[in-house]
Amino acid sequence: MKKYISFFRIRFVAGLQYRAAAWAGVSTQFVWGFLSILLFRAFYETSPGSFPMEFSQLSGYLWLQQAFLGMFMAWFLDPEILESVTSGAIAYELCRPVNIYGMWFTKNVAIRLSRTVLRCLPILLVAAFLPSPYGLSAPAGVLSFVLFVVSMFLGTAVLTAFSMLIYVSSFHTVSSMGIRTLAVSAVEFFSGALIPIPFFPDAMKTVLNLLPFASIQSTPFLIYVGYIPPSEGIARIALQLGWFAVLSAVGVLWMRRSLRRVVVQGG
Amino acid sequence: MNLYFKYLGILFKSRMQYKASFFMQSLGHFIIAFTGFAGMYFLFDRFHAVRGYTFQNVLLCFSVVTFAFSIAECFVRGFDSFPSLIRSGELDRILIRPRSVVFQVLTSRMEFTRVGRFLTATVVFIWAIPRCGVDWTFGKVAILLLMILGGVAVFSALFMIYAGFSFFTVEGLEFMNIFTDGTKEFGRYPLSIYGKELLLFYTFLIPIAPFQYYPFLYLIGHSDRVWYGLLPLAGALFLIPAYAFFRFGLKRYVSTGS
Repeated sequence: MKKYISFFRIRFVAGLQYRAAAWAGVSTQFVWGFLSILLFRAFYETSPGSFPMEFSQLSGYLWLQQAFLGMFMAWFLDPEILESVTSGAIAYELCRPVNIYGMWFTKNVAIRLSRTVLRCLPILLVAAFLPSPYGLSAPAGVLSFVLFVVSMFLGTAVLTAFSMLIYVSSFHTVSSMGIRTLAVSAVEFFSGALIPIPFFPDAMKTVLNLLPFASIQSTPFLIYVGYIPPSEGIARIALQLGWFAVLSAVGVLWMRRSLRRVVVQGG
Repeated sequence: MNLYFKYLGILFKSRMQYKASFFMQSLGHFIIAFTGFAGMYFLFDRFHAVRGYTFQNVLLCFSVVTFAFSIAECFVRGFDSFPSLIRSGELDRILIRPRSVVFQVLTSRMEFTRVGRFLTATVVFIWAIPRCGVDWTFGKVAILLLMILGGVAVFSALFMIYAGFSFFTVEGLEFMNIFTDGTKEFGRYPLSIYGKELLLFYTFLIPIAPFQYYPFLYLIGHSDRVWYGLLPLAGALFLIPAYAFFRFGLKRYVSTGS
């Protein structure tokens, strides 16, 4: 366990170094959140009756999304890992007395966390002071907040377990770019990163809520803003747990099978 | 110009060495752009219109911006990935060759996989054209082409500014994404829906509205000012300050020495 903690620490501290980039990121994300809210406001003012949630709930969702972008950005994959597969440096990693799945998993979580730590506070602070209904209001309740925190961790775990599948798939292809783009666009769309899941047509919503993608960012954010009441939130968290178990089990098994036949080419 | 096509051919051939990856990536870009379209579809399925514009109206904006962005991204990719030219020292090699810098940066890289995004725009476009309520005359088709060309010019100028900034700092360039990716995302809708202040900003500071909004108003018949159709040309003038800024940065360029 200790070695995983050090992997985590190394990646985490390395991630904290990019402070100027973080400030640029914060301002970018702030403007992005602002534009998204203006966009939805245009729809809201056109026909308020069709809005599936309260406007303040949507604003909260969009601000959380921007604040925790580092945590849930599907397109981010560790370039070092992908590089090590293409360059063959993975041979060294295979010699180490660690479980590769565990190592990569911890590294990924660490990078995501370090990015979020640098970026989330300024956005959350400013969003909290914006006038209602455009700002981020307090969580729907104490219980909602507790469930939100739990759900955030599980969401990160589900997403990381999903990215692990992409890493393993890169063992089997010469260039993993194609699969990556496909997987990432699926996650973006179905996880509610483009438009929140409540805005999908009703029939699709039911299906989407059961898919693993909803377990990433949609569940925690909707719990926070109170769209998902605590009573239902517990079931959703159980679902997150289930998806994490399934995805990580598939990842571990698939990786074990792939590693048995891995051929590092010369050099 | 001959040389340009020669470079184009070479880059295309080298890309074709990895055919499977090329097609997968193009498919990926098709799907990314398509999910953007699907998102809009679901929103309009629920709301039917936004501030007086129908779905079919808005699709015209969507295709113009997506066309322009994909073309600019494909051919002006060299500026978009300019920081890597500086970091690798490739720029020093470019500077000692007897051709213009802009020409060489343009030919240093092209991203043909953006054909996927282009394809999405085409599909949406073909679907939207008969439905958007415009009766197409020769003049209106010309305006539409101008809109796309104007868009390519503005996006190219933005990439050039981005490259200009990378002379001064390698970090913190992320904020330029608001203008490039942001325009690609939010420019799918007529810019006026975001409110008056933003429309002014996007008219005079970053001239997105001259190619995306005003001619669009004329096309869908919300305005009868024909001269709106010529505004994309005015927007294209944005290339001049962008180029000046790039030259300004280039003058101050100190090699990284690698």
